Amino acid sequence: MATAEFRVSARKALADPELRANFRRAMDGLMSRRADLFARAGDWAGLRALGAAARLRALARLPELLERLEAKLVERGVRVHWAETVEQGNAIVGDILRRRGARLVVKGKSMVSEEMHLNHFLEGEGIEVLEADLGEYIIQLDHETPSHIIMPAIHKNRRQIAKLFFERIKGARYSEEVDELTALARAVLREKFERADAGISGVNFAVAETGTLVLVENEGNGRLCTTVPPVHIALMGIEKVIERLDQVPALLALLTRSATGQPITGYVNMITGPRRAGEKDGPDEMHLVILDNGRTRVYADAELRDVLRCIRCGACMNHCPVYTRVGGHAYPGTYPGPIGKILMPQMLGLEKVGDLPHASALCEACTEICPVAIPIGDILVRLRREGTRADSRAVQGAGARRSAFESLVWSAWAAIYATPVLYRPMVWTLTRLGGLLPRGLPGLRDWMRVRARPRFARRSLHELARRAGLPDA
Amino acid sequence: MPDARSAILTRLRAGAPATVTPPDEDFAPVAGIGMGGEERLARLRRAMEAVHTEFLDARGADWVPAIHAWMVAQSLPSLILAPRTEPGRRIAERWPGLGAGPRLIPYDRPLAEWKAALFAENGAGLTATLGGIAATGSLILIPSADEPRTLSLVPPVHIALLEVARIYDTMWQAMREQEWSRAMPTNLLLISGPSKTADIEQTLAYGVHGPKRLLVVLV
Amino acid sequence: MPERPAAVYYFGTCLADLFFPEAGMAGIRLLRAQGVEVIYPRGQSCCGQPAYSAGRTEEARRVATAQLGLFPRDLPIVVPSGSCAGMMRAHYHALFAGTQDAAAADRVAARVIELTQFLVDVIGLKPRDLGPPITVAWHGSCHAMRLMGVGDQPKLLLRELANVTLVEVARERECCGFGGVFSVRQPEISSAMATDKADAVVATGAEALISGDCGCLLNIGGVLAKRGERVRPMHIAEFLWERTRGDG
Repeated sequence: MATAEFRVSARKALADPELRANFRRAMDGLMSRRADLFARAGDWAGLRALGAAARLRALARLPELLERLEAKLVERGVRVHWAETVEQGNAIVGDILRRRGARLVVKGKSMVSEEMHLNHFLEGEGIEVLEADLGEYIIQLDHETPSHIIMPAIHKNRRQIAKLFFERIKGARYSEEVDELTALARAVLREKFERADAGISGVNFAVAETGTLVLVENEGNGRLCTTVPPVHIALMGIEKVIERLDQVPALLALLTRSATGQPITGYVNMITGPRRAGEKDGPDEMHLVILDNGRTRVYADAELRDVLRCIRCGACMNHCPVYTRVGGHAYPGTYPGPIGKILMPQMLGLEKVGDLPHASALCEACTEICPVAIPIGDILVRLRREGTRADSRAVQGAGARRSAFESLVWSAWAAIYATPVLYRPMVWTLTRLGGLLPRGLPGLRDWMRVRARPRFARRSLHELARRAGLPDA
Repeated sequence: MPDARSAILTRLRAGAPATVTPPDEDFAPVAGIGMGGEERLARLRRAMEAVHTEFLDARGADWVPAIHAWMVAQSLPSLILAPRTEPGRRIAERWPGLGAGPRLIPYDRPLAEWKAALFAENGAGLTATLGGIAATGSLILIPSADEPRTLSLVPPVHIALLEVARIYDTMWQAMREQEWSRAMPTNLLLISGPSKTADIEQTLAYGVHGPKRLLVVLV
Repeated sequence: MPERPAAVYYFGTCLADLFFPEAGMAGIRLLRAQGVEVIYPRGQSCCGQPAYSAGRTEEARRVATAQLGLFPRDLPIVVPSGSCAGMMRAHYHALFAGTQDAAAADRVAARVIELTQFLVDVIGLKPRDLGPPITVAWHGSCHAMRLMGVGDQPKLLLRELANVTLVEVARERECCGFGGVFSVRQPEISSAMATDKADAVVATGAEALISGDCGCLLNIGGVLAKRGERVRPMHIAEFLWERTRGDG
């Protein structure tokens, strides 16, 4: 969904019981698996501190580390490209593929490629792109975008997937058995891996010290994409770099445990350059595209910069009571859930995301489990603030949510609540006459959709405390 | 695109924090935890078996006939091996004397020259490992000119030899003792089970793209 | 256990003032029954959280500033709400950073303690149950848990009560959907969350829903009332007082 009002799309999702059941079941499973693993594996706090430190150290020296990464990669024969915008990024990938005469591309999971709408772009160039991750393959078949950054097809249940495969895969037999569905996808994709002219992948961590790209996955599709075709193009945002290889174990442990409750993924694939002389497989040509797409602007603000710590584990989604109820497609842009709520307003501009920063109860469940301790709630509050400030240049579209009426309400509220001689009479009045407030009052009407009318007490706490003779100081 | 590069770096430098005090790192949570040898093996086995890895204990015995017998029992038609590695040579030497069994296929040419044949092969691929990691239940593989990456990736069954004496407590300990960062190979892999997915309703299914089965042979 | 002070400040919160004054008074009574003098500064109104959460920093600071001068003595500031306590404890520092009130704000923030934390961690209260058998469910507020670090304290108090059976609400750490202004600014999502929470509470079969935060009680209680459910929403202070009359 491009930039629709979140509230509208959320309303639609809330009215879809099948969708809600799919997310509820999946998020419950993911939460309990993560909790079990961290409970058994101890030292969550120490691991988290270590992971956060690695990310903070990387951000503190980001430009320098990117240059070092580039130098190391070039030394190992990787061609490094920089893109300020998704258009530039797409053009770079398109040029590489055109030069190699590529007609068929297989692709591992990459959220950056989703940011770029790369598939759409390449199809326009006449290049067939096949998503190889099973979840991505499922949604590609249905012309959808990921509803979760780790589990892209989590919004579908097996019945829906069975129907999709039956309708879209030639010669498929109808089955709701997960093993059969998986085998079907394997058969289709294996032939594509064999024939593919190029493989595209994302990057989980890029190690500046050694010029190593670390890719994590369970299926083996990532390994196939980066090993079998003659060309490998890796895509990453500028924030993916870390200083040293010895920081990988902690980040990896946090990533896989937080994402899916696994101690490690089936494969950790560390790539340091294309095939060398004498090697029998691996791509003979390897590229890394480093994408900005608004990240440098995020980086410029000391508080907002914390968003760039993110290691894309998706745990904030799994633990978010809002995401669980509306699912990923209700959110504008590429990244849903809490991380999306603090990233997309900055990438797209506050004027494009409607009330998104306000669509949170600030329950802080995300902050509590974030493996690199991003203060998600604080950043949300900051973005709400930016929405009311026309004088700020920190975020594109600052001031877009300014409303004279709201400002007036808050000024009045502050004046009353900051002034005891106004506050106490207001409370006195509400306790006596609050019952007379018209039920059509905007806030009251919304409150009363599923709740009874709130009843003001007959005497305030101030009155009772004074009556009880409590000292004032 | 040099313009994009300098534009990005310039913007980052302009926004970079003026005073940088990077937080210290305490590696205790990922460092070795002083496990004994048997405990290491037990941990590794538990973790890997939890994700359907199979084990064949050939310690104190000759592992070549052990693999031969296992493959015959599983009715596997072929074994692809790296002929210039030590285990490859040993198998090639001993296999003919073991009687009827899987056909040996040496991986002795570039992938491009036999891609279709390799993808069509329905047997096992055999690799050595550089050890294991107890905490996560992982094998360390460094594919090379002699032992290609696809050997552990394309055949439906992956057979990996693991020297029990080379199991480390943690990944951090392994990378420090083996000094990975001094000279990273083109590809370094941690393999912690057969290929799997949970993309459909969170239900685990094995063998989605990579090997459907992983057999660890303890030597 | 920290030393028990002779006196404490009591910050009753604006929601208790308007909607749950009996809960506020029950907290005061519990403290006084333990021999702790309770000071109730008359100038108090609100911690500033509604405006702060809405991104109205200046308005939040204006209201919060009016509270800073109310607690001059070095005494704990007891708050019968994890959310308001959390606002003061976790956010006052950032809210006042760089202002002339920064030091005063830090001094207030450091002394803020949530009521059940004070009762358990400072007083060591072991309430003695005088009431008839009852089954209750507990709902902890997000900010009590995640901003104030309230852990087992409320449940320890409830489990001390001999005739009280405590049952667990499914997904008990999940937010009830109140979120202050969120409840009316995003009414569809908030309603869905509140409805789910009420369903989970009703499913426990409990006769009362106990919480330490008036916001959650107003929210979940509102759904329960609209549906005519027999589960009674109640603040933990009021429940403890009703069960013990200060005995313990």
